Amino acid sequence: MSELPYEIVIGLEVHVQLKTNTKLFCRCSTAFGSPPNTQTCPVCLGMPGSLPVMNKKAYFLGMKTALALHCGIPKFTKWDRKNYFYPDLPKGYQTSQFDLPMSEEGYLDIKSTKDEFEPRRVRIIRAHLEEDAGKSIHDEAAGKADSRIDLNRTGTPLLEIVSYPDMRSAAEAKAYMQELRLLLTYLDVSDCNMQEGSLRCDANVNLHITTDDGVIATPIVEIKNMNSFRSVERGINYEAKRQYDVWQETGKVLGELPKQTRGWDDSAQVTRSQREKEESADYRYFPCPDLIPVVVTDEQIDEVRHEIGDLPAALRDRLESEYDLTTYTADVIVNQGLGFVEYYLELAAASGDNKLAGNWVQGEVLRILNDLEIGISDFGVSAAALAELLKLIQAGDLDSSKAKDVFTVMLESGKSAAAVVEDLGIEKVDESALEDLCRLLVERNQRIVDDVKNGNEKAVGALIGQAKKENPNVNPGQVRQICLDIINSL
Amino acid sequence: MSLTRQDVEKVALLARLKFDDEGLDKMTSHMVQIVEYVDKLSELNTDDVEPMAHALDVFNALAEDEPRASLPREEALRNAPKNDDEYFRVPAVLGE
Repeated sequence: MSELPYEIVIGLEVHVQLKTNTKLFCRCSTAFGSPPNTQTCPVCLGMPGSLPVMNKKAYFLGMKTALALHCGIPKFTKWDRKNYFYPDLPKGYQTSQFDLPMSEEGYLDIKSTKDEFEPRRVRIIRAHLEEDAGKSIHDEAAGKADSRIDLNRTGTPLLEIVSYPDMRSAAEAKAYMQELRLLLTYLDVSDCNMQEGSLRCDANVNLHITTDDGVIATPIVEIKNMNSFRSVERGINYEAKRQYDVWQETGKVLGELPKQTRGWDDSAQVTRSQREKEESADYRYFPCPDLIPVVVTDEQIDEVRHEIGDLPAALRDRLESEYDLTTYTADVIVNQGLGFVEYYLELAAASGDNKLAGNWVQGEVLRILNDLEIGISDFGVSAAALAELLKLIQAGDLDSSKAKDVFTVMLESGKSAAAVVEDLGIEKVDESALEDLCRLLVERNQRIVDDVKNGNEKAVGALIGQAKKENPNVNPGQVRQICLDIINSL
Repeated sequence: MSLTRQDVEKVALLARLKFDDEGLDKMTSHMVQIVEYVDKLSELNTDDVEPMAHALDVFNALAEDEPRASLPREEALRNAPKNDDEYFRVPAVLGE
């Protein structure tokens, strides 16, 4: 990577929609895509006299996520009102958590298998629960027509995960988002659908620039509207360059300008300043008198901790150390999700060959999943069935190219490896017949024998070709080895 | 602690309230009196009192995650100054 004249400093605020059936403080459905304003009630409409009641599941999904992020869980947590006016916020305040969030001080480790950055531990400041706002639909010609408001989403439970400004490149920010998404998928606490807004990211970005007078920091900008991993990366890189240009032009440093909010425009690939009202930062938080605080016990926390299954970081380590896979292969397998890891583990156990199983899932299985655009749960060959095929390879009955042919037919026909081998007329060549054939070939090809004897082992390849002509079922690897053995014993 | 006219102006802006000069004077004197009244509490020594987050000594009012019927849309929209039978309609929101 080329040396930049500055260091980018990035902190991320990620909003995760938790997988609940109902909203955070009322029992309206959270289903996505229903007709507008059909999932509201007096509570989420902010009617006077209505009383919110906390969703138990949302609290425990939040705790599960926080624990997986190594956060501490305070025994006491409460809810606060964040006051501002916007049409998609019918109550005039968002119910959130201010000074006593449900979790604090954790971390998420990120690594690059492509050596884009050094491994880094990104510290987490807090993860707290809050409610989502509704959806505003603005007319194309702004200012001309009414805005339309759909309050179905109002009150949907969100977990806001706030990191320290620990990331130093857009690639790290993207990796953090991807690792966080993977973790949330393993925990099964969110569907993480970025298109539907289940996982949203705001980035706080500024630069540290080394000048003759020491290091200066540029004013912090919050970037909103980055709705894909790619836009996180591009938005931050664009913003860094923009801040550098502005600094060169104006010389303004941190503290000389208020914090600015800019939105990422994905079609134009630029960040644009968002209209800020001068008083917008004054949210006048205060404890929500309508909501009762939550107190948890150590036993409850332990119970949630025990619900947490295998997580990506631990599984990668395990696949490397216990299954002897490369860092790269372990990463590929784990990044496909828990179902894929389970498929691998079953295949490794049933075939008894961890490496071969790793190569097959990472190669053939993944290639087909990608081609068909399906997940492992829809894959037509079970781990047990594939293990039978791997056993034939191990036994020397199939070479790798024949095994791939068999695999393709297994996938199409749903038949077992043995049945396909029979259908295709692949027969194992009898050991002694194979040896006879090799002996015959060696006798016929004195020049190749001389070449091999003179140190050119590759020359034996010509014998494999001849062997295949004699009998298409021979295993090239075996032919090679037997021929070499015979030549060396001459 | 005493409130100034500027404080009251700011609070009014945040609450989207508008006062003329006379109204602002009146509001300022009212609010000063209210704050002074509440300020009486600071005469108490609270050094050994644990801060409380809620007026009730009750915890963990949690509901199961089971959906209940929402309002019919017609009902939900009924109080809105303007709607189109599907959406709430509000004056155009400027800016992105």
